[in-house]
Amino acid sequence: MKKTIFFAVVLVMLAIMATSHATTILNGSGATFPAPLYQRWAAQFHQEHPAIAVNYQGIGSGAGVNNFTKGLTDFCASDVAMSDPEIAKVKEGVIMIPATAGTIVFSYNLPEVPTLNLSREAYVGILLGKITAWNDPLIIKNNPGIAALSNLPPISVVTRSDGSGTTALLTGHLAAISPEFAEKVGVGRSVKWPVGLSGKGNDGVTALIKQTRGSFGYMEFGFAKNNQLPMVTLENKAGELVAPSPASGAASLATIQLPQNLRDFSYDPKGRDNYPITGFTWIILKKEYPTEKKTALQDFMNYALTTGQLIAPQLGYLPLPANVVQKAQEALTSLK
Amino acid sequence: MRNYWNIFDDKRMKIPSAFSLQSSAFRFRIDLLRIACFLAAITIVATLGFLLYEILSKAWPAITTFGWRFIIRSDWQPNRDLYGVLPMLMGTLTSSLIALLLALPLGLAIAIFLSENFLPSPVRHAMRFIIDLLAAIPSVVYGLWGIFVIVPLVQKYGDSISQHAGSIPIFQGPAYGNSLLAASLVLALMVLPTITSLSRAALVAVPMVLREGSYALGATRWETIFNVLLPCATPGVVAAAILGFGRAMGETMAVAMLIGNSQRLTFSLFSPSNTLSALLANQFAEADGLQINALMYAALLLILMTLLVNLIGELILKKTQKNIWS
Repeated sequence: MKKTIFFAVVLVMLAIMATSHATTILNGSGATFPAPLYQRWAAQFHQEHPAIAVNYQGIGSGAGVNNFTKGLTDFCASDVAMSDPEIAKVKEGVIMIPATAGTIVFSYNLPEVPTLNLSREAYVGILLGKITAWNDPLIIKNNPGIAALSNLPPISVVTRSDGSGTTALLTGHLAAISPEFAEKVGVGRSVKWPVGLSGKGNDGVTALIKQTRGSFGYMEFGFAKNNQLPMVTLENKAGELVAPSPASGAASLATIQLPQNLRDFSYDPKGRDNYPITGFTWIILKKEYPTEKKTALQDFMNYALTTGQLIAPQLGYLPLPANVVQKAQEALTSLK
Repeated sequence: MRNYWNIFDDKRMKIPSAFSLQSSAFRFRIDLLRIACFLAAITIVATLGFLLYEILSKAWPAITTFGWRFIIRSDWQPNRDLYGVLPMLMGTLTSSLIALLLALPLGLAIAIFLSENFLPSPVRHAMRFIIDLLAAIPSVVYGLWGIFVIVPLVQKYGDSISQHAGSIPIFQGPAYGNSLLAASLVLALMVLPTITSLSRAALVAVPMVLREGSYALGATRWETIFNVLLPCATPGVVAAAILGFGRAMGETMAVAMLIGNSQRLTFSLFSPSNTLSALLANQFAEADGLQINALMYAALLLILMTLLVNLIGELILKKTQKNIWS
């Protein structure tokens, strides 16, 4: 009996060794927001290229960058790319590749109000705690229907309790359009909100909004879409009211002129049809790898930038504009 | 004085003379079982020490940066590297205290009921079992139950209470479902088994002669319970309350799901609040830089608080048990 077990263990170990010899394994971790997409890419890519296995774990942008800097992973992913001091810690140097993009939407729970339009003053005011009632004149101005409603609950703001790239992009936008927000709250993955309650993750926020009448919160487009939550139409820099959609998000992305390092944020795009809160999320690579890993990573990234972009809209992400894909592919060729 | 450190040979292990042959062979053997147990015990102590050391060393940068101000400041702004845990500290203490205020009378009443012979013994056993079972329900299940049952209730009644009594600071609106009160209510249920079973043990341990003496003097059952049994069991009940308090302070998952996780200092039962454990659960994954150190500092505070509370509870418990048995 014991012998059988021993041989079984040895056989399994041999099998593992054999497969690991045959395949190149690429390990990565980081942002949770694009994790469903990256994992889908990894699975489909593995079907087409059985010799390469990509593992991606959504453990959070900060933790992902940390693991990458320590050399524990081959690549990482972050919603806020990497800052210059962080880059300085990687001795090989890094390449930041925009991999996909997301739209942040506001959602709310007020069944009496099927559509909601908010001016910039209104949504900043709600998040700063200056507007606490749904029938505030600033809200009624863009939604005359609300004036006739009575017995409305107060506004319960729902935010993220954990650090997240979603919060970073949103606060970046809010700080760009409101000096008061920049001074009182500031920009970051985790900030102190002046009002409301908070939930963990996009799903936690979604659950709180579904559950609380009168709530108002922010999340990634995909979460609102999958949960059939109403999405707020926002006023953009040009003064137009724009509903969040793949088209209006793509229009905003197209306005971003990426610099040499491919890292830029469009905190306040100015086109008439641009939805105001969109941003890229990055996959970050080292500049040098052993040959085998280098080609495997190049294959995977090229897959992500071409076929992968066709999968993105199915899961609620925005595909990259053609000029960004081209720049990203050029950057990939510089891997050593 | 016996030599406790002598783990290789035990002189007390006397083998009957009929086995004298084996006995001589036995005496010089190393007692492996004893070594194994000794190592296991040491491992636990060492683990606790290592854990404290690790947390302390990780917290050190935050301790040197913020010092005592960390405890009395009320802003937690990771984006500006400003950290103060007063709101979470207050949230931890108040939520546990409210839970205790709710659970203690209930738990004590159940304990009295179960320690008396009001019901046939099999029924009492079944009830005891069910209450102990409450302690076996995973925290996250309590959290879910709280979300679907307690939160809507708190929101519904909180709204009307805060509209009528909003001038009193603790009932101030606007009322949120996910609030200090919702978390406290669920915490009360979670600490109920601890309080009930320890109080019951204290009541049962009161010597029978006292009860008989009281009856002999003509006291009724309730007079006996309130004037003889409860005063005798008081230290045990206090210990039960303190241990329940300690459990409430460390509770994480259910609280994080219910308390609303706001970083602001509030006094209203109906506003979202936060606790140290919920803060750690929420923010650790995405933390970096000084935020990790600050979170470790918060963890250190939490450990010290729960250790202290549990230590006091255990001490009282030990003392009372000695009093009763002697």
